[in-house]
Amino acid sequence: MSAYQNLEQMTGDFYTQKFEAAKQDGTLIINMGPQHPSTHGVLRIVIEVDGEYIVRAEPVLGYLHRMHEKMGETQTWGAFIPNMGRVDYGHPMAWNWSYVGAVEKLMGIEVPERAEYLRVIMTELNRITSHLLWWGAYILDLGAFTPIMYAFDDREMLLDILQRPSASRLTYSNFRVGGVQMDLDDKCIEMIKAFIPHFRERLPMYHDLVTENIILRKRIEGVGIIDQDMCRRYGCTGPVLRGAGVAYDVRKDEPYSVYDRFDFDIPTQDSACSAGRYHVRVAEMEQSLRIIEQALEQLPGAEGKHIMDKAPKPAMKPPAGEAYFNTEGGRGKVGIYAVSDGTKVPYRVKLRAPGFSNMNAFAEASTGTILADAVAILGSLDLIIPELDR
Amino acid sequence: MNAFKKHIWQPVKDCWSLMVGLKITGKYFCKPLITVHYPREVIDSENLSTYGGHIEQIGKPKDPATPKCISCMMCSTNCPSKCLTIVKQKAPKPTPEQEAAMAAAKEAGEKVVKPKAPKNPAKFNYDYTLCSLCGTCIDVCPVKSLKFSNNIYWVATSRKEMQIDLLARLKEQATELSAPAPKTEAQPATAEKEA
Amino acid sequence: MFGIPMILINLVIAAVASIAWVAVNALVLVYCERKFAGHIQRRPGPFEVGPHGVLQPLIDGLKLMSKQLLTPDNSDKVLFWLAPILSMIPVMLLFMPIPYSPLLTGMEVNLGLLLILAFSSFNGLAVILAGWASNNKWGVLGAARAVAQTVAYEIPLLLCVLAISFMTGTLNLSEITAQQAGWIIDWNVFKQPLAFIIFIVAMFGETNRAPFDLAEAESELTAGFHTEYSSMGFGLFFMAEYGYMVAMCSICAVLFLGGFHGPIPGIEGWWWMLLKTYALLFLMIWARWTYPRVRFDQLLNLNWKWLLPLATFNLLATALLMKL
Repeated sequence: MSAYQNLEQMTGDFYTQKFEAAKQDGTLIINMGPQHPSTHGVLRIVIEVDGEYIVRAEPVLGYLHRMHEKMGETQTWGAFIPNMGRVDYGHPMAWNWSYVGAVEKLMGIEVPERAEYLRVIMTELNRITSHLLWWGAYILDLGAFTPIMYAFDDREMLLDILQRPSASRLTYSNFRVGGVQMDLDDKCIEMIKAFIPHFRERLPMYHDLVTENIILRKRIEGVGIIDQDMCRRYGCTGPVLRGAGVAYDVRKDEPYSVYDRFDFDIPTQDSACSAGRYHVRVAEMEQSLRIIEQALEQLPGAEGKHIMDKAPKPAMKPPAGEAYFNTEGGRGKVGIYAVSDGTKVPYRVKLRAPGFSNMNAFAEASTGTILADAVAILGSLDLIIPELDR
Repeated sequence: MNAFKKHIWQPVKDCWSLMVGLKITGKYFCKPLITVHYPREVIDSENLSTYGGHIEQIGKPKDPATPKCISCMMCSTNCPSKCLTIVKQKAPKPTPEQEAAMAAAKEAGEKVVKPKAPKNPAKFNYDYTLCSLCGTCIDVCPVKSLKFSNNIYWVATSRKEMQIDLLARLKEQATELSAPAPKTEAQPATAEKEA
Repeated sequence: MFGIPMILINLVIAAVASIAWVAVNALVLVYCERKFAGHIQRRPGPFEVGPHGVLQPLIDGLKLMSKQLLTPDNSDKVLFWLAPILSMIPVMLLFMPIPYSPLLTGMEVNLGLLLILAFSSFNGLAVILAGWASNNKWGVLGAARAVAQTVAYEIPLLLCVLAISFMTGTLNLSEITAQQAGWIIDWNVFKQPLAFIIFIVAMFGETNRAPFDLAEAESELTAGFHTEYSSMGFGLFFMAEYGYMVAMCSICAVLFLGGFHGPIPGIEGWWWMLLKTYALLFLMIWARWTYPRVRFDQLLNLNWKWLLPLATFNLLATALLMKL
């Protein structure tokens, strides 16, 4: 049954009509979203439900498409950095880093050592804010209203810290080609040094309040199996892949910048369910603290300033060519492929969003589960929809 | 034994986890609040000093009402959102003495020196509704004339209110800083006393 | 007086007082809930309207009343508007047999407990009507869940209450209270601790309160069975829910915690009853803001596989001990 026949008789929009074409008997077709409290952003999922069991699910994207890649073809190289701050508001520094890394590769620039350490410290702090936001929002979806408030208490401290070198609190665009915009002042380093033991004290409280809670454990254990084979088929990266048992982390397997100087673990879980992904992210917060500690120790010995001398101007002209640079974001592998034709405006900037690949595993993972489980699976994938739609 | 552990001891431990949760929220119930209760309290000024609010001009050290800006237009050309509009000042009309000097120089075959336009801009308009607070303008300004403000308690009810004239703002800030000093009147009194 | 029997006047006064009590409690509970939630989350809660926000529930009520009463397209209008009314009215009747003090008892009924259990089942009917008549798929799903839950949790509730009435030999709430007069050790909670715990859990399940609030799971089903209600329709469901909460907590206080008797013989009064009811209400609010939601099938599993066998075991043990 083609959607282009009998247009007057059919109800629903293009996607609903196509979905309904394969409807079985006795099922209900419902829409989760695009206005829905649990789909973190504007995501629509068309679901065919048999009683409470999901028979088929199909995500419909595009409600938040803001044409970042098109803007990459009209903005100058330096003027595109604020865009990178807004693609993924959870971990924007990973996107910043991927982009300036690609441009630096094109131009053959070496970043001063101090700038590398600053980038590491800021990105890891941002990773902790991203995981705290995910944690609070996930538990909120599952029905507990207080842990998000406690998580945001810690997050406010981090935002006060990250505000100092970047003057922003959420959409950071303080990376520059050749370094970072501002250096960390002494007060900032003091605040980070005070934050680390404070957060280490808070993590056991989160564990007692939420992770050990029997109600939560029953909700997420065994729910939404995304095993290694499925991850490979869909190209899932990040905690989704590590929750399935594969110890792949861009920081260890394709080290960039100064990550090879730090000693940290890659937490993995073998259960491949939502609980596995949950535990991976909580453990990653502790590992980020370790990296920050080591970076702070090594920072005074680093040479150079926070940005290279004679840093390229925003209207820079990289030599013609192409470059790909990837980093480990909070959600997975963030990759940017930049093509230059020698002018001050890029020819093409392709953004590889980890959430897009992770999202596609949802349809298969949620078949056969209950609606309440769909919410649990969606939350455990840690999706930020602006990143999916770009 | 394993069946006992699984079916009886484990549920007891699970129920204990519920009690632990209640204990934690109960403990936080009795602790003081952590929100900044605006407008009874405000953000402390040290924290606020590093916040990046909208852009504003920096005045010259000796003449705070005039910006350091030299109208080079680097900020407005490099702005990703095209939110800055700058109009350079035109050269002033020559005074009669200058006209005479110019005529004399022309007759003598020397180079004619026309009066120059002052460097600071005539208009510097900033559309905050478009700004993305990236700081590119601050980075590229060759004379460091721009900075982020700390203006967080600002509310506007129309788009027009958010389009700021930065020169007027600088003048206002300069007059606030140079408050009429009663000290200057007191000082002569003490000087007289000492004398 | 005027040939009207005294008992009728008593009943009318009791009914009016009952309605007033429900209304006052709804206001107080809304305020308490929001303030407790705020302080647990380390924020102030309502603060601006009136000193420390005490007028907030009043203004919210006014706001609810001033909104437009919408009826969705293609819905069954009679059933749609019958549902909230049907939800609200039995609540007021629930308060009649509960003894707040020797004088403040609505009516002394020999079958007080039976009356309460019967009227509290009306809620299930109201929920089904609301979900079906809304002509909304989410509403139907929510209603189906809510009814399954309510019907399921009534049974352990009933069995616990039966255990108490085995022990005391009566269904009359005033007599049950009278039997707990004396020291604190005479309260039924020490004689039937298991029944007390089962009653509390069943109370959460019966009133659709977190962690068992799947029926109104805001983050999953928009708003479940009351998605389509605006203004006073929603307001009535809201008030009915708080009314049931207070009623259940009062009944728990009467059955297990000694009613209006104090811990020492001789001290008694309606303030003890109030104290105990509000302590239990505080427990309910505290649990709501701490725990995530239980998944629906786990909720029913909890009932059929844990609460029911435990309650049956409790009943049999009580019967055995009574015989000996």
